[in-house]
Amino acid sequence: MKNIDSKGHVTGKSIYLDDISIIKGTRFGVVFDSPIAHGTITSVDYSKALALPGVVTILTHEDIPGGNQIGGIIPDEPLFASTEVHFVGQPIALIIAESDQIAFKARKRIEIEISKKSVIVNPREAKQNDQLIFPPRTFELGDMKNSWKDCAHIFEGQADSNGQEHLYIETQGAYAIPMENGHIRISSSTQGPTSVQKTTANILGIGMNKIEVDVVRLGGGFGGKEDQATPWAVMAALGVFILNSPVKVVLSRLDDMRMTGKRHPYSSDYKIGLSNDLKIMAYETTFHQNAGASADLSPAVLERTLFHGTNSYFIPNVKMTAYSCKTNLPPNTAFRGFGGPQGMFVIESALSHAAEELGISKHELQKNNLLKNGDEFPYGQIADGVELNSIWQNMESKFHIETVEKEIQKFNSNHSNVKKGFSLMPISFGISFTKTPMNQARALVHIYTDGSVGVSTGAVEMGQGVNTKMLQIAAQTFSIDPKHIKLESTNTTRVANTSPSAASATADLNGKALEKACNALMKRLKSCAANHLNVSLVDVTLKNGLIYTNGNKTDLTWDQLVTMAFLKRICLTENGHYATPTIHFDMKKEKGHPFSYHVYGLALTEVTLDCVRGTYDFDAVKIVHDFGKTMNPSVDFGQIEGGLIQGMGWMTMEDLRYNDQGQLLSNTLSTYKIPDIYSVPKDVIIEPLETEGNEMAILKSKAVGEPPLMYGIGAYFAIENAVRAFNPNFNSTFDAPFTHEKVLMGLYGSIDFE
Amino acid sequence: MIEFILNNKPVKTDLPNGSLLLDFVRYEQSLMGTKVGCREGDCGACTVLIGDLKNGQIDYKQVTSCLTPLGNANGKHVVTIEGLNMESLSPVQQFMVDESGSQCGFCTSGFVVSLTQFCLANATPSYTDAIASIDGNICRCTGYKPIERAAKHITDSLSDKNHNETLDWLIAEKFIPSYFNQIPDMLNALPKEKSDFQNGMVVGGGTDLYVQRHDQLIDQNVDLISNATDLKFIEIENGSCKIGAGTTATNLMESNIFMSAFPQLKSHLKLVASSPIRNVATIGGNFVNASPIGDLTVFFLALDSQITLTQNKGNRIIYLKDFYKGYKDLDKSPDEIISTISFKLPTQDSYFNFEKVSKRIHLDIASVNTAIQLSVADNEISKAHLSAGGVGPTPKYLGETSAFLNGEKLSSQNIKSANDLLQGEISPISDVRGSANYKRLLLRQLFYAHFITLFPDQFSLNSFK
Repeated sequence: MKNIDSKGHVTGKSIYLDDISIIKGTRFGVVFDSPIAHGTITSVDYSKALALPGVVTILTHEDIPGGNQIGGIIPDEPLFASTEVHFVGQPIALIIAESDQIAFKARKRIEIEISKKSVIVNPREAKQNDQLIFPPRTFELGDMKNSWKDCAHIFEGQADSNGQEHLYIETQGAYAIPMENGHIRISSSTQGPTSVQKTTANILGIGMNKIEVDVVRLGGGFGGKEDQATPWAVMAALGVFILNSPVKVVLSRLDDMRMTGKRHPYSSDYKIGLSNDLKIMAYETTFHQNAGASADLSPAVLERTLFHGTNSYFIPNVKMTAYSCKTNLPPNTAFRGFGGPQGMFVIESALSHAAEELGISKHELQKNNLLKNGDEFPYGQIADGVELNSIWQNMESKFHIETVEKEIQKFNSNHSNVKKGFSLMPISFGISFTKTPMNQARALVHIYTDGSVGVSTGAVEMGQGVNTKMLQIAAQTFSIDPKHIKLESTNTTRVANTSPSAASATADLNGKALEKACNALMKRLKSCAANHLNVSLVDVTLKNGLIYTNGNKTDLTWDQLVTMAFLKRICLTENGHYATPTIHFDMKKEKGHPFSYHVYGLALTEVTLDCVRGTYDFDAVKIVHDFGKTMNPSVDFGQIEGGLIQGMGWMTMEDLRYNDQGQLLSNTLSTYKIPDIYSVPKDVIIEPLETEGNEMAILKSKAVGEPPLMYGIGAYFAIENAVRAFNPNFNSTFDAPFTHEKVLMGLYGSIDFE
Repeated sequence: MIEFILNNKPVKTDLPNGSLLLDFVRYEQSLMGTKVGCREGDCGACTVLIGDLKNGQIDYKQVTSCLTPLGNANGKHVVTIEGLNMESLSPVQQFMVDESGSQCGFCTSGFVVSLTQFCLANATPSYTDAIASIDGNICRCTGYKPIERAAKHITDSLSDKNHNETLDWLIAEKFIPSYFNQIPDMLNALPKEKSDFQNGMVVGGGTDLYVQRHDQLIDQNVDLISNATDLKFIEIENGSCKIGAGTTATNLMESNIFMSAFPQLKSHLKLVASSPIRNVATIGGNFVNASPIGDLTVFFLALDSQITLTQNKGNRIIYLKDFYKGYKDLDKSPDEIISTISFKLPTQDSYFNFEKVSKRIHLDIASVNTAIQLSVADNEISKAHLSAGGVGPTPKYLGETSAFLNGEKLSSQNIKSANDLLQGEISPISDVRGSANYKRLLLRQLFYAHFITLFPDQFSLNSFK
């Protein structure tokens, strides 16, 4: 089944936040933010802005009736700064006017004085100054202290990966409207409707039940709207609370890029030890996470870095310590992969380093250390259902790693202006929210008396196709034509207390809840049919909208059965609840079984380097991926292709730049480049691994949202491989992204032209 | 009063001509399929078609409506995604659905509009052109591979296209709604009055001005010159080429004269902006914008071009290289505009090359760009013109290096010596597009690339070790 939204998309009829019809009297909000990265506000003068015709009001921290607090995990972030500012782009006020153009004009008239304080943008500097968001965390396995003496080879180094702008094409926004009795309805472009609801209630000092949050769809999220869609929705709601008129807040692209956090930059140290037979015996690493000015989701992101610090390898002795460093950047936040990619980049760097020093192919080292069933992860979970070896074998038999390597060597010896390189990138990605209580979901199903069905879940559609999967589940369970089923918007009054659509787990959690709801309704309908047809329950089946007894078609149809059930006063509505079994994690011990399962895969990336100009083209990325039993190939393959390219962007051209005063330099689409159609590999070939699927996954179809992003890490090491083919003396510094600039400098070294 | 045809109906408005087409279609006409993505022409979510009636036929081009002054729609046919919808999906829409070319969908209408422009274009359909039509459309979800597959199917489905009756064929095959064949008459019925404002704010394509001065322009009337036919021409006279300053990059690519003089033009201009920007960005605008990395400026500097500056009192002609006095400081009085560009056409023994490297190879601003024109006979350089951008406060004509090469043998030693000289002529600074040292190294490499590209049998990287 194709994405059920695609017809609306290609005709431009799909409705996004900014497309919602505007109610007369709507006011428009523009955020006034700090121009300085760190300091104390000594004075703000709004008088000239307020004097501008069309300006309705300007809201500040003084207008907040409840608590001025939006921190989700740690309460350390105000909605509006009062005295201290901690990053450029930190909201100070909301200008509300009759049009956004007027509000933008008014913003220029605000006069602010800030007494500057010292600015930290580097996480290592923050750590040296004891600027940590929360105490460091350490995952340990084996006997670290005594393990080094058994190592024949030990390598140490540093590996840094930069941040990444989400660049959802739809910017952040919300539209709040007043309802009766002081209730507020918010349309929000958020991945986390409950978070918006809860935070709004807290800011306004009223009950959550007075706030309704509705989400139709997002024009892209990628994690950037998990937590950071909240402030704009809260501001709009605050505007409604004060003015009693509708308020819309949609960020301009410049404001969005300046005010919102990104993927966390990391600066890390590693030490890796190998035995004579090239087994990794010991791995020690220190992660410095650049959290930005407040916690946001950093604690959870940091945790996932630790969970994925050893990627797809078994290492008996491990010590990984992670510091969440407080800097004067916008609070960094969730981004597809959620800290996992940063952890994997470090161990892949360490392995590249080791292979280079040992004069061997990195893929031999990788293959030699792959995780297998029964191995223990550093966090205590015992690996089960590991597919890495069969994936590697599939890669060899289908895409011939050795041949690729030989042909590249041959090509390189015959060409001087261009060089080729390749890399292998295995992934193991754990599925579940690592905070166990979040692994629950609900679905509400109504069967209407005409037989049509309405489905509400906590899942937010943002292009990942979750609504299509939900519709498939309902259609399959009821065995009716999908056209009778409607996927409703995600709404906190229909499905409450939801987890955000994140962690790749949305389809699993909401899908299982939906399956339970549908099954419960089916049981009632079957029982009704059995009574009517005078047969026993087990003899009744429903197929393609018809009712069968003992395999024989009856005259009874789905529609008739539904009507009959209603007349017999049988409940045609069901609320399904699902909580992932088995999983647990003890943060005191840093041990447990946090993941319901892992997703495995392997990518072979081939690149051609133009050594004259220092540019590159990707020839191919060949992937063997463990989908389980995919329930929707077009949606799932789309996630692989899209995730791969997004990861490749992070590793190649996406060059996030702040200056030492915390000002974002790459603040527009003309200075921050994401892949265009010419940047993608010529061939992307995806080979699904044949497996039985996983019972913990919905319809045995494994989660697919985040894992493929990490295939993109292969791009970095393929380029590195090609640079080294040209310049054997290349001193790899492991500093992603591998921009054209770094390539050229890597090819020719630093030349002094002065 | 601005009047044009929006999809299938005439519209008129007395909004300022400097306000944006994007805001008009979305917020005045409630056509919400055209999306706001970046408002700087860098994402393509706001792509619409503008059709211009020429000799009874309409030439449709995709533009980013976020950078299109409403006045530039005057007398034209503007097509949004809504204007392409029919009872059933068009092949473009259907193939995008079939190949899952859409995930979140926010960029999708832009892609559909651009791909429909590809169908409407008169050229013989090729997959390369299909991809080129969407080179200004950014998608963050799909990784483009499904869109490539859709583009392939669309190209194939056009193989029977009738080139004489393109519009009728496209209507019959349900690529576009039938109202399209009534548009020429509807356009002819529009009043022919020309809006004329002389308030000093001259706007050409607007692709840079609306990025830099968005707030200043959107609520006022400006002097729009991109429809002025006297600024839009390409002609040859006595071995010289004369181009109107309002000529767009696309006009160059569509000009037989220009294409035969510069056989590699398509690959060079592919590195410059994107289709929707090239469709409206003017050469004169690129010169006056005075960006130190203006691609077209660097291109024409190496042709040793002259420009004509026009004002009420008359004309004066200067060399383009003398136009730039300092960072954004021009030899131009406020009431002068560039009217023409002229240069000597390449001859049998002349060679031309353009190089550019940026963070992203396409649709990006250069870290460094450079162009060269060489006259070579018997392995001797008789005349050299070298230019470079991104290596100083202005787009630079590298006079000393060019002079040095004059009369020299074409040898790697001479080229290396020229690079030493070149490094003394430039003064790059470190910024978001690269460190100063990188830009120096890059210009050296691109300088070598000129020779490796133009004389592949004679030079390779090894020649310059």
